[in-house]
Amino acid sequence: MTSLTRRLSESDVAASFMASPVTMLSALVCVLFFSAAALAPLIALTNPYDLKTLDILNSRMPPVWLAGGQWPFLLGTDDQGADILSSILYGARISLVVGFSATLFSVVIGVFLGLAAGYGGGVADALIMRLADVQLTFPAILMALLIGGVAQSALPAASRGDLAVPVLVVAIGISTWVQYARTVRGLTLVEKGKDYVLAARLIGRRPGFVMLGHILPNVLGPVLVIATINLAFAVITEATLSFLGVGVPITQPSLGMLIRFGNDYLLSGEWWIVVFPSLALVILAVAVNLMGDWLRDALNPKLR
Amino acid sequence: MSAYVAGRLGQGALVMLIVGLCSFLVLRFLGDPVASMVGIDTPQGIRDSLRAGLGLDDPLPLQYFRFLARAVTGDFGLSYQNSRPVIEVIAERLPATLELTLVAAVLASLAGIPMGVFVALRRRSVAAKSLMAASLIGVSLPTFVTGILLILVFSVNLGWLPSYGRGETVMIGWWRSNLLSPGGWLPLLMPGASLAVIQTTLVMRLVRAEMLEVLQTDYIRFARARGLTNRVVHFGHALKNTLVPVITIIGLQIGTLIAFAIVTETVFQWPGMGLLFIQAVSTVDVPVITGFLMIVALVFVVINLVVDLTYFVVDPRLRIDRAVAAT
Repeated sequence: MTSLTRRLSESDVAASFMASPVTMLSALVCVLFFSAAALAPLIALTNPYDLKTLDILNSRMPPVWLAGGQWPFLLGTDDQGADILSSILYGARISLVVGFSATLFSVVIGVFLGLAAGYGGGVADALIMRLADVQLTFPAILMALLIGGVAQSALPAASRGDLAVPVLVVAIGISTWVQYARTVRGLTLVEKGKDYVLAARLIGRRPGFVMLGHILPNVLGPVLVIATINLAFAVITEATLSFLGVGVPITQPSLGMLIRFGNDYLLSGEWWIVVFPSLALVILAVAVNLMGDWLRDALNPKLR
Repeated sequence: MSAYVAGRLGQGALVMLIVGLCSFLVLRFLGDPVASMVGIDTPQGIRDSLRAGLGLDDPLPLQYFRFLARAVTGDFGLSYQNSRPVIEVIAERLPATLELTLVAAVLASLAGIPMGVFVALRRRSVAAKSLMAASLIGVSLPTFVTGILLILVFSVNLGWLPSYGRGETVMIGWWRSNLLSPGGWLPLLMPGASLAVIQTTLVMRLVRAEMLEVLQTDYIRFARARGLTNRVVHFGHALKNTLVPVITIIGLQIGTLIAFAIVTETVFQWPGMGLLFIQAVSTVDVPVITGFLMIVALVFVVINLVVDLTYFVVDPRLRIDRAVAAT
């Protein structure tokens, strides 16, 4: 059995989950967000991509509890008559897709390089860790911004829209691989000396198999914790880049893009266009961060 | 000591070489310098001789070397946007960014250190627990959302503070300053505060962790045994030792503040380097983008170097570790 599934099957992780109402609440919020984002086309009132579903007569309506607000536009409408709540559902969908993809991308790169550095040692180790040192000179958000910004201006205008999301995923992914690589390298160095690795090598397993089949499952716990916290970082970074105009294209409005749009109406008094997407983003980030915090404590044997 | 310094310098040089290579490649392959100099109807012959004259036909390593040689003297070429030297455009924007980050760092320290001391000393109190919970929200609050909410409250609703621009400034030589201008403080408040939020939570958590660790050491126990009052023990003995790593981290974080300033400057239309970069990206002003890249990298390398060296000077234990390791 892998250490991760063994740990999860033990009841104390579950017990610590049940003992913390804050964690349960944030888990509920995460589940709500994920399912609402996944089901957006089914439950959203208007489709912000489809102008036919919009009615300009409904534009700039305040939330229902204010004078001038109307059902069914719970959180009001924007200047094109799109329901804010629906836009948030669709936006969260894009934010989460980019966030998950970027996190997955950095996990794959980081874990692979960390395993190679830890297990391979020698030149590979020196090279990878030096590269990590160089990258750590810069904060992750700056890396993402610079890669995103430069790539944005490097792409030909015609393909910019199609390539924007992959570029964003790569930019955010590259900016966070170092954490995984360092953690996995350290854990690999420990695991490498254990008997089960020696046994695997003695029966003639190839290095690739030893790394991926034997060592990898035993280092995944901490990786999961970093990945959870980094998911929040990825969602925030995506929103930041999109807000600055170097993120998602206009045709795929993520939460950050909605806030960028809404920002134009801030001074003219239509605050709901910008405030509700911002709230959604913050609630999502807080909930994911709380899950990460809890997971770190729950999986940390020192704290038990 | 000299080996340590040499190692740090070497790493800094390596970073600059790599960033330089990236900038060079972007500059070389992103825009065509010849196309930006000539009109559409310029014949191919003139284009070719211009190309040869600029050295664009030379081998790439030679061009890279030439690029580095020019960059060292501060020559990053001309901005496509207004044909002025890039270094001049950036130098003009630098004071705005530096004053903004300075204000943010000071605000973050003024708020973060006392809060950190409080949550460490009154660990079990409700106030401390809610501060810790609030700090998690602070970490999850994107810089631009903080800025937008501040504008909404203080500019739109209350009308107390300007929502964009630098307002009143004075020129000290070439340095356009808000801090030294009597009315320049007002427009600095909101950008500075919104930039300080993430930093404050970080400083608070750091001070708390360091303080809790220091409070468990033997010399604190002896100070208590000597019958010193809590106040002397906490602030005279514990806080002093807590501050060494805290100051280091605050110094290191100046770099992060400069990075986040890109966001804050966009929200508040604060005319610093970050806003310049975002504008350059949207107009594909490649020389400005690469110049920004190199200068920000240099700032980071210098900050890291200075912090590493001061750490070494301030904390004698590091020196002893090195000495022991060397023998």
